[in-house]
Amino acid sequence: MADMEINGIRVERTFAEAFEMKATRIIITALNAEWALHAARTMTGFATSIIACECEAGVARELSPEETPDGRPGAVVLMFAVSGKALTKQLQRRVGQCVLTTPTTACYSGIDGDKTVDLGKNLRFFGDGYQISKLIGGRRYWRIPVMDGEFICEESAGRVNAIGGGNFLIAGRSVEAVAPAAAAAAAAMRTHPDVILPFPGGVVRSGSKITAKYPGVPASTNDAWCPTLRGLTPTELQPEERAVLEIVVDGLTTDAIAAAMRDGIHAACGGGPDTGLTRITAGNYGGELGQYQFHLEEVLA
Amino acid sequence: MSALTLRLEARIEQRVDCSPLTPETLGGLSLDAIRGVPLQVGCRRVPAGELFRVTGDDARDLVIQGATDRLDRIGWRMSHGTLRIEGHAGGFLGHEMEGGQIELTGDAGAWVAAAMRGGVIRVKGNAGDFLGAAPAGERRGMRGGTVLVHGAVGARAGDYMRRGMVLVAGDAGAGLGSRMIAGTLAVLGQAGGDTGIAMTRGSLILARPPASVPPTFNACGRLPLDHLRLMLRAWRRWGTPFDTLDADAVDVERHVGDRATGGQGEILILPGA
Repeated sequence: MADMEINGIRVERTFAEAFEMKATRIIITALNAEWALHAARTMTGFATSIIACECEAGVARELSPEETPDGRPGAVVLMFAVSGKALTKQLQRRVGQCVLTTPTTACYSGIDGDKTVDLGKNLRFFGDGYQISKLIGGRRYWRIPVMDGEFICEESAGRVNAIGGGNFLIAGRSVEAVAPAAAAAAAAMRTHPDVILPFPGGVVRSGSKITAKYPGVPASTNDAWCPTLRGLTPTELQPEERAVLEIVVDGLTTDAIAAAMRDGIHAACGGGPDTGLTRITAGNYGGELGQYQFHLEEVLA
Repeated sequence: MSALTLRLEARIEQRVDCSPLTPETLGGLSLDAIRGVPLQVGCRRVPAGELFRVTGDDARDLVIQGATDRLDRIGWRMSHGTLRIEGHAGGFLGHEMEGGQIELTGDAGAWVAAAMRGGVIRVKGNAGDFLGAAPAGERRGMRGGTVLVHGAVGARAGDYMRRGMVLVAGDAGAGLGSRMIAGTLAVLGQAGGDTGIAMTRGSLILARPPASVPPTFNACGRLPLDHLRLMLRAWRRWGTPFDTLDADAVDVERHVGDRATGGQGEILILPGA
Protein backbone atom coordinates (compact mmCIF):
# COMPACT_ATOMS: atom_id res chain seq x y z
CA MET A 1 0.00 0.00 0.00
CA ALA A 2 1.29 3.43 -0.87
CA ASP A 3 2.51 5.70 1.89
CA MET A 4 0.52 8.79 2.88
CA GLU A 5 1.59 12.36 2.39
CA ILE A 6 1.00 15.49 4.47
CA ASN A 7 2.03 18.84 3.05
CA GLY A 8 4.42 17.08 0.68
CA ILE A 9 6.04 15.01 3.46
CA ARG A 10 5.85 11.24 3.22
CA VAL A 11 4.19 9.48 6.16
CA GLU A 12 4.89 5.77 6.25
CA ARG A 13 2.26 3.13 6.81
CA THR A 14 3.76 1.74 9.95
CA PHE A 15 2.91 1.79 13.63
CA ALA A 16 4.18 2.88 16.99
CA GLU A 17 4.29 0.19 19.61
CA ALA A 18 3.20 1.23 23.09
CA PHE A 19 2.91 -0.36 26.49
CA GLU A 20 0.47 -0.54 29.36
CA MET A 21 1.59 1.56 32.31
CA LYS A 22 0.24 2.74 35.65
CA ALA A 23 -0.35 6.45 35.91
CA THR A 24 -1.44 9.12 38.32
CA ARG A 25 -2.30 12.77 38.00
CA ILE A 26 -1.64 15.29 40.73
CA ILE A 27 -2.42 18.97 41.09
CA ILE A 28 0.14 21.32 42.59
CA THR A 29 -1.06 24.72 43.71
CA ALA A 30 0.89 27.65 45.09
CA LEU A 31 0.79 31.34 45.88
CA ASN A 32 1.23 32.01 42.17
CA ALA A 33 1.75 30.08 38.96
CA GLU A 34 5.53 30.53 39.09
CA TRP A 35 5.97 28.60 42.31
CA ALA A 36 3.54 25.91 41.20
CA LEU A 37 5.51 25.48 37.99
CA HIS A 38 8.83 25.45 39.82
CA ALA A 39 7.56 22.51 41.85
CA ALA A 40 5.95 20.77 38.89
CA ARG A 41 8.97 21.10 36.64
CA THR A 42 11.39 20.05 39.34
CA MET A 43 9.45 16.93 40.28
CA THR A 44 9.18 15.94 36.63
CA GLY A 45 12.86 16.53 35.94
CA PHE A 46 14.92 13.41 35.31
CA ALA A 47 11.75 11.53 34.45
CA THR A 48 12.43 10.95 30.76
CA SER A 49 12.42 7.19 30.58
CA ILE A 50 11.62 4.25 32.79
CA ILE A 51 14.90 2.73 31.63
CA ALA A 52 16.74 4.54 34.42
CA CYS A 53 14.34 7.08 35.93
CA GLU A 54 11.78 4.46 37.01
CA CYS A 55 9.03 6.77 35.86
CA GLU A 56 8.11 9.12 33.07
CA ALA A 57 6.51 12.39 34.02
CA GLY A 58 5.67 15.80 32.74
CA VAL A 59 3.72 18.96 33.35
CA ALA A 60 0.42 18.43 31.54
CA ARG A 61 -0.90 21.96 31.86
CA GLU A 62 -1.37 24.98 34.06
CA LEU A 63 -4.55 25.56 36.03
CA SER A 64 -6.35 28.81 36.73
CA PRO A 65 -7.43 29.49 40.33
CA GLU A 66 -11.01 28.52 39.41
CA GLU A 67 -9.84 25.06 38.37
CA THR A 68 -7.97 24.07 41.53
CA PRO A 69 -9.26 22.63 44.81
CA ASP A 70 -8.00 25.55 46.89
CA GLY A 71 -8.64 28.46 44.55
CA ARG A 72 -4.96 29.17 43.90
CA PRO A 73 -3.05 28.93 40.61
CA GLY A 74 -1.74 25.47 39.88
CA ALA A 75 -0.21 22.94 37.55
CA VAL A 76 -1.10 19.38 36.60
CA VAL A 77 1.55 16.66 36.63
CA LEU A 78 1.13 13.28 34.98
CA MET A 79 3.37 10.45 36.07
CA PHE A 80 3.73 6.99 34.50
CA ALA A 81 5.51 3.84 35.67
CA VAL A 82 5.51 0.16 34.85
CA SER A 83 3.99 -0.88 38.19
CA GLY A 84 1.97 0.59 41.00
CA LYS A 85 4.89 -0.02 43.34
CA ALA A 86 7.32 1.93 41.17
CA LEU A 87 4.77 4.69 40.71
CA THR A 88 4.25 5.03 44.45
CA LYS A 89 7.97 5.10 45.16
CA GLN A 90 8.74 7.73 42.55
CA LEU A 91 5.72 9.87 43.38
CA GLN A 92 6.59 9.97 47.05
CA ARG A 93 10.26 10.73 46.48
CA ARG A 94 9.55 13.43 43.97
CA VAL A 95 6.73 15.12 45.87
CA GLY A 96 8.78 14.85 49.04
CA GLN A 97 11.92 16.37 47.57
CA CYS A 98 10.46 18.77 45.01
CA VAL A 99 6.96 19.86 46.05
CA LEU A 100 7.17 19.74 49.84
CA THR A 101 10.31 21.85 49.48
CA THR A 102 8.86 24.52 47.18
CA PRO A 103 7.53 27.63 48.95
CA THR A 104 3.74 27.90 49.38
CA THR A 105 2.80 24.72 47.51
CA ALA A 106 0.03 22.25 48.20
CA CYS A 107 -0.45 18.90 46.50
CA TYR A 108 -3.71 17.16 45.62
CA SER A 109 -4.90 14.11 43.75
CA GLY A 110 -5.95 15.09 40.25
CA ILE A 111 -7.65 11.87 39.23
CA ASP A 112 -9.97 9.25 40.68
CA GLY A 113 -9.14 5.61 40.21
CA ASP A 114 -10.07 2.22 41.62
CA LYS A 115 -6.55 1.98 43.01
CA THR A 116 -4.56 4.69 44.73
CA VAL A 117 -0.95 5.68 45.21
CA ASP A 118 0.16 6.97 48.59
CA LEU A 119 0.93 10.65 48.70
CA GLY A 120 0.69 12.43 52.05
CA LYS A 121 0.24 9.08 53.77
CA ASN A 122 3.99 8.71 54.26
CA LEU A 123 5.15 12.28 53.66
CA ARG A 124 3.31 13.21 56.83
CA PHE A 125 6.12 11.73 58.89
CA PHE A 126 8.18 14.75 57.96
CA GLY A 127 5.89 16.51 60.44
CA ASP A 128 7.59 14.64 63.28
CA GLY A 129 4.38 14.24 65.25
CA TYR A 130 3.15 17.78 64.66
CA GLN A 131 1.34 16.84 61.45
CA ILE A 132 -2.43 17.20 61.47
CA SER A 133 -4.91 15.13 59.52
CA LYS A 134 -8.11 16.71 58.22
CA LEU A 135 -10.96 14.87 56.56
CA ILE A 136 -12.61 17.36 54.22
CA GLY A 137 -15.46 16.41 51.92
CA GLY A 138 -14.64 12.71 52.29
CA ARG A 139 -10.96 13.16 51.40
CA ARG A 140 -8.09 13.04 53.84
CA TYR A 141 -5.45 15.76 53.82
CA TRP A 142 -2.29 16.18 55.85
CA ARG A 143 -1.12 19.50 57.22
CA ILE A 144 2.63 19.27 57.60
CA PRO A 145 4.30 22.16 59.41
CA VAL A 146 7.05 23.82 57.36
CA MET A 147 8.92 27.10 57.68
CA ASP A 148 6.44 29.11 55.58
CA GLY A 149 3.36 27.67 57.26
CA GLU A 150 1.90 24.31 56.38
CA PHE A 151 2.33 21.98 53.43
CA ILE A 152 -1.11 20.63 52.56
CA CYS A 153 -0.95 17.23 50.93
CA GLU A 154 -3.75 14.83 50.11
CA GLU A 155 -3.41 11.37 51.66
CA SER A 156 -3.36 9.56 48.31
CA ALA A 157 -3.87 10.08 44.61
CA GLY A 158 -5.89 7.99 42.20
CA ARG A 159 -4.13 5.44 40.04
CA VAL A 160 -5.27 4.45 36.56
CA ASN A 161 -4.11 2.18 33.76
CA ALA A 162 -2.50 4.22 31.03
CA ILE A 163 -0.28 3.90 27.98
CA GLY A 164 3.37 4.77 27.53
CA GLY A 165 5.61 4.79 24.51
CA GLY A 166 3.48 6.24 21.75
CA ASN A 167 5.93 7.73 19.29
CA PHE A 168 6.80 8.89 15.84
CA LEU A 169 10.08 9.61 14.09
CA ILE A 170 10.88 12.72 12.11
CA ALA A 171 13.60 12.24 9.48
CA GLY A 172 15.25 14.85 7.32
CA ARG A 173 18.26 16.02 5.37
CA SER A 174 19.85 17.72 8.37
CA VAL A 175 19.36 18.11 12.08
CA GLU A 176 18.80 21.81 11.40
CA ALA A 177 15.76 20.75 9.41
CA VAL A 178 14.48 18.14 11.81
CA ALA A 179 14.90 19.92 15.14
CA PRO A 180 12.47 22.80 14.41
CA ALA A 181 9.91 20.36 13.03
CA ALA A 182 10.20 18.27 16.19
CA ALA A 183 9.86 21.36 18.35
CA ALA A 184 6.73 22.39 16.43
CA ALA A 185 5.30 18.91 16.90
CA ALA A 186 6.01 18.97 20.63
CA ALA A 187 4.41 22.39 21.02
CA ALA A 188 1.24 21.18 19.31
CA MET A 189 1.12 18.02 21.40
CA ARG A 190 1.59 19.84 24.69
CA THR A 191 -1.83 21.46 24.23
CA HIS A 192 -3.36 18.04 24.90
CA PRO A 193 -4.05 17.81 28.64
CA ASP A 194 -4.07 14.02 28.99
CA VAL A 195 -0.61 13.36 27.55
CA ILE A 196 2.95 14.23 28.40
CA LEU A 197 6.15 14.23 26.37
CA PRO A 198 8.73 13.00 28.89
CA PHE A 199 11.91 13.88 27.01
CA PRO A 200 13.68 17.27 27.06
CA GLY A 201 11.59 19.69 25.04
CA GLY A 202 9.43 16.71 24.18
CA VAL A 203 12.03 15.27 21.83
CA VAL A 204 14.55 12.44 22.04
CA ARG A 205 17.53 11.89 19.76
CA SER A 206 18.78 8.69 21.32
CA GLY A 207 16.13 6.27 20.17
CA SER A 208 16.91 2.85 21.60
CA LYS A 209 16.54 -0.78 20.75
CA ILE A 210 15.88 -3.28 23.51
CA THR A 211 18.96 -5.43 23.01
CA ALA A 212 22.60 -4.74 23.67
CA LYS A 213 25.89 -6.55 23.15
CA TYR A 214 26.91 -5.79 26.73
CA PRO A 215 25.36 -7.81 29.55
CA GLY A 216 23.34 -5.78 32.03
CA VAL A 217 22.62 -2.97 29.59
CA PRO A 218 18.85 -2.86 29.15
CA ALA A 219 18.75 -0.70 26.03
CA SER A 220 21.23 0.47 23.48
CA THR A 221 21.40 2.83 20.54
CA ASN A 222 18.98 2.22 17.72
CA ASP A 223 21.75 1.58 15.18
CA ALA A 224 19.40 1.18 12.24
CA TRP A 225 18.54 4.89 12.52
CA CYS A 226 22.01 6.29 13.25
CA PRO A 227 23.51 8.13 10.28
CA THR A 228 27.10 7.42 11.33
CA LEU A 229 26.42 3.69 11.29
CA ARG A 230 25.22 3.65 7.71
CA GLY A 231 27.42 1.12 5.97
CA LEU A 232 28.13 -0.75 9.20
CA THR A 233 24.70 -2.09 10.09
CA PRO A 234 21.48 -2.65 8.15
CA THR A 235 20.02 0.86 7.96
CA GLU A 236 16.51 2.23 7.91
CA LEU A 237 17.73 5.57 6.57
CA GLN A 238 17.13 6.79 3.06
CA PRO A 239 20.26 7.95 1.23
CA GLU A 240 19.43 11.64 1.66
CA GLU A 241 18.54 11.39 5.37
CA ARG A 242 21.15 12.57 7.85
CA ALA A 243 19.17 13.10 11.07
CA VAL A 244 16.22 11.56 12.88
CA LEU A 245 14.45 12.75 16.02
CA GLU A 246 11.74 10.97 17.96
CA ILE A 247 8.72 12.23 19.83
CA VAL A 248 7.65 9.96 22.67
CA VAL A 249 4.21 10.43 24.16
CA ASP A 250 2.62 8.88 27.25
CA GLY A 251 -1.10 9.33 27.84
CA LEU A 252 -4.05 8.35 29.98
CA THR A 253 -5.99 6.89 27.04
CA THR A 254 -5.28 5.61 23.54
CA ASP A 255 -7.56 8.34 22.18
CA ALA A 256 -5.54 11.06 23.90
CA ILE A 257 -2.28 9.68 22.52
CA ALA A 258 -3.68 9.28 19.01
CA ALA A 259 -5.09 12.81 19.01
CA ALA A 260 -1.78 14.24 20.20
CA MET A 261 0.16 12.23 17.60
CA ARG A 262 -2.15 13.47 14.86
CA ASP A 263 -1.63 17.12 15.82
CA GLY A 264 2.08 16.55 16.30
CA ILE A 265 2.58 14.97 12.86
CA HIS A 266 0.63 17.75 11.18
CA ALA A 267 2.66 20.37 13.02
CA ALA A 268 5.94 18.67 12.11
CA CYS A 269 4.97 18.67 8.46
CA GLY A 270 3.82 22.27 8.57
CA GLY A 271 6.90 23.62 6.82
CA GLY A 272 6.68 21.26 3.87
CA PRO A 273 9.53 19.47 2.04
CA ASP A 274 11.50 22.63 1.33
CA THR A 275 12.57 22.70 4.96
CA GLY A 276 14.56 19.54 4.42
CA LEU A 277 12.12 17.21 6.14
CA THR A 278 11.88 13.88 4.32
CA ARG A 279 9.44 11.66 6.15
CA ILE A 280 7.47 10.71 9.25
CA THR A 281 7.60 7.17 10.50
CA ALA A 282 7.25 5.37 13.80
CA GLY A 283 9.18 3.04 16.07
CA ASN A 284 8.17 -0.50 16.86
CA TYR A 285 9.62 -3.84 17.79
CA GLY A 286 7.74 -5.81 15.16
CA GLY A 287 4.54 -5.71 17.19
CA GLU A 288 5.54 -8.55 19.49
CA LEU A 289 6.19 -6.62 22.69
CA GLY A 290 3.68 -3.84 23.18
CA GLN A 291 0.03 -4.21 24.12
CA TYR A 292 -0.90 -1.21 21.98
CA GLN A 293 -0.21 -0.24 18.39
CA PHE A 294 -0.75 3.22 16.97
CA HIS A 295 -0.91 2.85 13.21
CA LEU A 296 -0.09 6.16 11.60
CA GLU A 297 -2.80 5.82 8.96
CA GLU A 298 -5.39 5.31 11.72
CA VAL A 299 -3.99 8.09 13.85
CA LEU A 300 -4.21 10.49 10.91
CA ALA A 301 -7.60 9.26 9.69
CA MET B 1 -43.80 4.67 46.67
CA SER B 2 -44.52 7.36 49.21
CA ALA B 3 -42.66 8.32 52.34
CA LEU B 4 -43.32 6.06 55.30
CA THR B 5 -44.91 8.54 57.69
CA LEU B 6 -45.42 8.16 61.43
CA ARG B 7 -47.61 10.86 62.84
CA LEU B 8 -47.56 11.18 66.63
CA GLU B 9 -51.23 11.26 67.65
CA ALA B 10 -51.19 10.08 71.27
CA ARG B 11 -50.58 12.49 74.09
CA ILE B 12 -47.44 11.19 75.74
CA GLU B 13 -46.47 12.00 79.27
CA GLN B 14 -43.42 9.79 79.55
CA ARG B 15 -40.36 9.50 77.39
CA VAL B 16 -40.46 7.24 74.35
CA ASP B 17 -37.46 5.25 73.17
CA CYS B 18 -37.76 5.65 69.39
CA SER B 19 -34.61 3.67 68.56
CA PRO B 20 -36.52 1.03 66.52
CA LEU B 21 -37.85 3.69 64.15
CA THR B 22 -35.17 3.64 61.46
CA PRO B 23 -35.18 2.81 57.74
CA GLU B 24 -33.39 -0.48 58.37
CA THR B 25 -35.65 -1.81 61.11
CA LEU B 26 -38.89 -0.75 59.40
CA GLY B 27 -37.82 -1.59 55.85
CA GLY B 28 -39.64 -4.65 54.51
CA LEU B 29 -42.27 -4.62 57.25
CA SER B 30 -45.97 -4.35 56.44
CA LEU B 31 -47.89 -1.40 57.84
CA ASP B 32 -49.47 -3.72 60.40
CA ALA B 33 -46.08 -5.05 61.42
CA ILE B 34 -44.81 -1.50 61.81
CA ARG B 35 -47.80 -0.65 63.99
CA GLY B 36 -46.89 -3.65 66.11
CA VAL B 37 -43.25 -2.65 66.69
CA PRO B 38 -42.91 -2.32 70.45
CA LEU B 39 -41.62 0.97 71.79
CA GLN B 40 -40.45 1.52 75.34
CA VAL B 41 -42.59 4.25 76.94
CA GLY B 42 -41.53 4.88 80.49
CA CYS B 43 -41.61 1.43 82.05
CA ARG B 44 -44.11 -0.02 79.58
CA ARG B 45 -43.82 -1.43 76.09
CA VAL B 46 -46.38 -0.01 73.71
CA PRO B 47 -46.98 -0.92 70.06
CA ALA B 48 -45.97 1.92 67.76
CA GLY B 49 -49.49 1.97 66.32
CA GLU B 50 -50.88 3.15 69.65
CA LEU B 51 -48.74 6.29 69.48
CA PHE B 52 -48.35 6.94 65.77
CA ARG B 53 -50.63 6.92 62.77
CA VAL B 54 -48.63 5.03 60.15
CA THR B 55 -49.02 5.64 56.41
CA GLY B 56 -46.90 5.28 53.29
CA ASP B 57 -44.59 2.48 52.28
CA ASP B 58 -41.03 3.68 51.60
CA ALA B 59 -39.00 3.12 54.74
CA ARG B 60 -35.92 4.62 53.09
CA ASP B 61 -37.80 7.91 53.19
CA LEU B 62 -39.02 7.96 56.76
CA VAL B 63 -40.95 10.89 58.21
CA ILE B 64 -41.95 11.46 61.83
CA GLN B 65 -44.59 14.16 62.16
CA GLY B 66 -45.75 15.99 65.24
CA ALA B 67 -42.57 15.02 67.06
CA THR B 68 -41.91 16.35 70.54
CA ASP B 69 -38.93 16.59 72.86
CA ARG B 70 -40.06 13.38 74.57
CA LEU B 71 -39.05 11.22 71.63
CA ASP B 72 -35.56 9.95 72.50
CA ARG B 73 -32.96 8.07 70.47
CA ILE B 74 -34.48 8.76 67.09
CA GLY B 75 -32.24 7.40 64.32
CA TRP B 76 -30.25 5.07 66.57
CA ARG B 77 -27.63 3.21 64.49
CA MET B 78 -29.33 4.33 61.30
CA SER B 79 -27.16 3.43 58.32
CA HIS B 80 -28.99 4.56 55.19
CA GLY B 81 -31.97 6.44 53.84
CA THR B 82 -33.41 9.70 55.09
CA LEU B 83 -35.28 10.41 58.28
CA ARG B 84 -37.17 13.70 58.44
CA ILE B 85 -38.51 14.78 61.79
CA GLU B 86 -41.14 17.49 61.82
CA GLY B 87 -41.24 19.06 65.25
CA HIS B 88 -38.73 18.54 68.04
CA ALA B 89 -36.60 15.63 69.18
CA GLY B 90 -35.57 14.44 72.62
CA GLY B 91 -32.16 13.17 73.67
CA PHE B 92 -29.65 11.11 71.70
CA LEU B 93 -30.85 12.02 68.22
CA GLY B 94 -28.74 9.97 65.80
CA HIS B 95 -26.99 8.06 68.60
CA GLU B 96 -24.34 5.79 67.01
CA MET B 97 -25.67 6.72 63.59
CA GLU B 98 -23.68 5.13 60.76
CA GLY B 99 -25.07 6.61 57.55
CA GLY B 100 -27.97 8.26 55.80
CA GLN B 101 -29.47 11.61 56.67
CA ILE B 102 -31.51 12.93 59.56
CA GLU B 103 -33.25 16.27 59.25
CA LEU B 104 -34.98 17.86 62.21
CA THR B 105 -37.12 20.95 61.69
CA GLY B 106 -37.19 22.00 65.34
CA ASP B 107 -34.97 21.70 68.41
CA ALA B 108 -33.10 18.66 69.69
CA GLY B 109 -32.28 17.65 73.25
CA ALA B 110 -28.91 16.67 74.66
CA TRP B 111 -26.44 14.20 73.13
CA VAL B 112 -27.26 14.79 69.47
CA ALA B 113 -24.89 12.65 67.37
CA ALA B 114 -23.44 10.98 70.45
CA ALA B 115 -20.87 8.42 69.27
CA MET B 116 -21.99 9.06 65.70
CA ARG B 117 -19.96 7.19 63.07
CA GLY B 118 -21.22 8.46 59.73
CA GLY B 119 -24.00 10.17 57.83
CA VAL B 120 -25.44 13.65 58.16
CA ILE B 121 -27.63 15.17 60.87
CA ARG B 122 -29.19 18.57 60.25
CA VAL B 123 -30.92 20.36 63.11
CA LYS B 124 -32.80 23.43 61.90
CA GLY B 125 -33.39 24.69 65.44
CA ASN B 126 -31.18 24.47 68.52
CA ALA B 127 -29.47 21.46 70.07
CA GLY B 128 -28.83 20.71 73.74
CA ASP B 129 -25.69 19.88 75.69
CA PHE B 130 -23.07 17.29 74.74
CA LEU B 131 -23.62 17.36 71.00
CA GLY B 132 -21.28 14.90 69.26
CA ALA B 133 -20.01 13.77 72.64
CA ALA B 134 -19.21 10.40 74.16
CA PRO B 135 -22.15 8.91 76.07
CA ALA B 136 -21.54 8.80 79.81
CA GLY B 137 -18.95 6.17 80.63
CA GLU B 138 -17.54 5.97 77.12
CA ARG B 139 -14.22 7.41 76.03
CA ARG B 140 -14.99 8.15 72.39
CA GLY B 141 -17.51 10.66 71.12
CA MET B 142 -18.51 11.28 67.56
CA ARG B 143 -16.08 9.47 65.24
CA GLY B 144 -17.37 10.30 61.78
CA GLY B 145 -20.08 12.05 59.82
CA THR B 146 -21.35 15.60 59.66
CA VAL B 147 -23.64 17.52 61.99
CA LEU B 148 -25.20 20.82 60.92
CA VAL B 149 -26.96 22.95 63.52
CA HIS B 150 -28.63 26.06 62.21
CA GLY B 151 -29.33 27.36 65.71
CA ALA B 152 -27.33 27.24 68.92
CA VAL B 153 -25.87 24.32 70.87
CA GLY B 154 -25.59 23.80 74.61
CA ALA B 155 -22.53 23.14 76.74
CA ARG B 156 -19.68 20.71 76.07
CA ALA B 157 -20.35 20.15 72.37
CA GLY B 158 -17.69 17.84 70.94
CA ASP B 159 -16.72 16.33 74.29
CA TYR B 160 -14.33 13.44 73.52
CA MET B 161 -15.07 13.93 69.83
CA ARG B 162 -12.77 11.71 67.79
CA ARG B 163 -13.47 12.51 64.13
CA GLY B 164 -16.06 14.20 61.91
CA MET B 165 -17.33 17.69 61.23
CA VAL B 166 -19.76 19.80 63.24
CA LEU B 167 -21.01 23.16 62.00
CA VAL B 168 -22.95 25.36 64.40
CA ALA B 169 -24.42 28.52 62.91
CA GLY B 170 -25.55 29.94 66.25
CA ASP B 171 -23.87 30.21 69.64
CA ALA B 172 -22.19 27.45 71.62
CA GLY B 173 -22.30 26.95 75.38
CA ALA B 174 -19.39 26.57 77.78
CA GLY B 175 -16.74 23.92 77.33
CA LEU B 176 -16.96 23.74 73.55
CA GLY B 177 -14.63 20.97 72.35
CA SER B 178 -13.82 19.78 75.85
CA ARG B 179 -11.53 16.72 75.90
CA MET B 180 -11.71 16.70 72.10
CA ILE B 181 -9.48 14.04 70.52
CA ALA B 182 -9.69 15.06 66.86
CA GLY B 183 -12.12 16.30 64.24
CA THR B 184 -13.44 19.73 63.39
CA LEU B 185 -16.03 21.85 65.16
CA ALA B 186 -16.95 25.27 63.78
CA VAL B 187 -19.14 27.93 65.36
CA LEU B 188 -20.36 31.11 63.68
CA GLY B 189 -21.91 32.60 66.80
CA GLN B 190 -20.47 33.21 70.24
CA ALA B 191 -18.65 30.36 71.98
CA GLY B 192 -18.82 30.23 75.77
CA GLY B 193 -16.26 29.92 78.55
CA ASP B 194 -13.46 27.39 78.77
CA THR B 195 -13.56 26.73 75.08
CA GLY B 196 -11.29 23.79 74.23
CA ILE B 197 -10.62 22.75 77.80
CA ALA B 198 -8.55 19.55 77.98
CA MET B 199 -8.58 19.03 74.23
CA THR B 200 -5.70 16.92 72.93
CA ARG B 201 -6.08 17.41 69.18
CA GLY B 202 -8.72 18.61 66.77
CA SER B 203 -9.76 22.00 65.46
CA LEU B 204 -12.23 24.53 66.82
CA ILE B 205 -12.94 27.10 64.13
CA LEU B 206 -14.69 30.20 65.43
CA ALA B 207 -16.00 33.30 63.70
CA ARG B 208 -15.61 35.29 66.93
CA PRO B 209 -13.25 35.10 69.90
CA PRO B 210 -14.75 32.78 72.55
CA ALA B 211 -15.89 34.11 75.92
CA SER B 212 -12.79 32.55 77.44
CA VAL B 213 -10.06 30.06 76.70
CA PRO B 214 -8.24 28.16 79.47
CA PRO B 215 -4.94 29.81 80.44
CA THR B 216 -3.21 26.64 79.36
CA PHE B 217 -3.67 27.57 75.70
CA ASN B 218 -0.79 29.37 73.99
CA ALA B 219 -1.08 32.01 71.29
CA CYS B 220 0.45 30.84 68.01
CA GLY B 221 -0.07 34.05 66.07
CA ARG B 222 -2.09 35.17 63.09
CA LEU B 223 -1.28 32.85 60.20
CA PRO B 224 -2.70 31.97 56.79
CA LEU B 225 -3.78 28.33 56.95
CA ASP B 226 -4.34 27.04 53.44
CA HIS B 227 -6.31 23.94 54.40
CA LEU B 228 -9.13 26.31 55.34
CA ARG B 229 -9.49 27.13 51.66
CA LEU B 230 -10.49 23.52 51.12
CA MET B 231 -12.62 23.36 54.22
CA LEU B 232 -14.57 26.55 53.67
CA ARG B 233 -15.23 25.51 50.06
CA ALA B 234 -16.35 22.05 51.15
CA TRP B 235 -18.83 23.56 53.60
CA ARG B 236 -20.68 25.38 50.83
CA ARG B 237 -22.44 22.19 49.81
CA TRP B 238 -24.46 22.09 53.02
CA GLY B 239 -26.66 25.14 52.57
CA THR B 240 -25.98 26.75 55.96
CA PRO B 241 -24.98 30.29 56.99
CA PHE B 242 -21.37 29.08 56.63
CA ASP B 243 -21.87 29.54 52.88
CA THR B 244 -21.32 33.26 53.27
CA LEU B 245 -17.76 32.93 54.63
CA ASP B 246 -15.02 34.10 52.27
CA ALA B 247 -13.17 30.88 51.41
CA ASP B 248 -9.95 32.75 50.68
CA ALA B 249 -9.90 34.72 53.94
CA VAL B 250 -7.75 32.23 55.82
CA ASP B 251 -5.53 34.52 57.88
CA VAL B 252 -6.60 33.13 61.24
CA GLU B 253 -5.61 33.72 64.82
CA ARG B 254 -4.36 30.41 66.13
CA HIS B 255 -4.25 29.22 69.74
CA VAL B 256 -2.80 25.83 70.63
CA GLY B 257 -3.53 23.59 73.57
CA ASP B 258 -4.73 22.45 75.93
CA ARG B 259 -1.13 22.29 77.21
CA ALA B 260 -2.45 21.26 80.63
CA THR B 261 -3.00 17.83 79.10
CA GLY B 262 -0.10 18.02 76.64
CA GLY B 263 -2.59 18.66 73.89
CA GLN B 264 -1.80 20.10 70.48
CA GLY B 265 -5.32 20.97 69.45
CA GLU B 266 -6.11 24.33 67.91
CA ILE B 267 -8.59 27.15 68.22
CA LEU B 268 -8.73 29.13 64.99
CA ILE B 269 -10.44 32.51 64.99
CA LEU B 270 -11.43 33.59 61.51
CA PRO B 271 -10.48 37.07 60.25
CA GLY B 272 -12.98 39.86 60.53
CA ALA B 273 -13.72 38.85 64.10
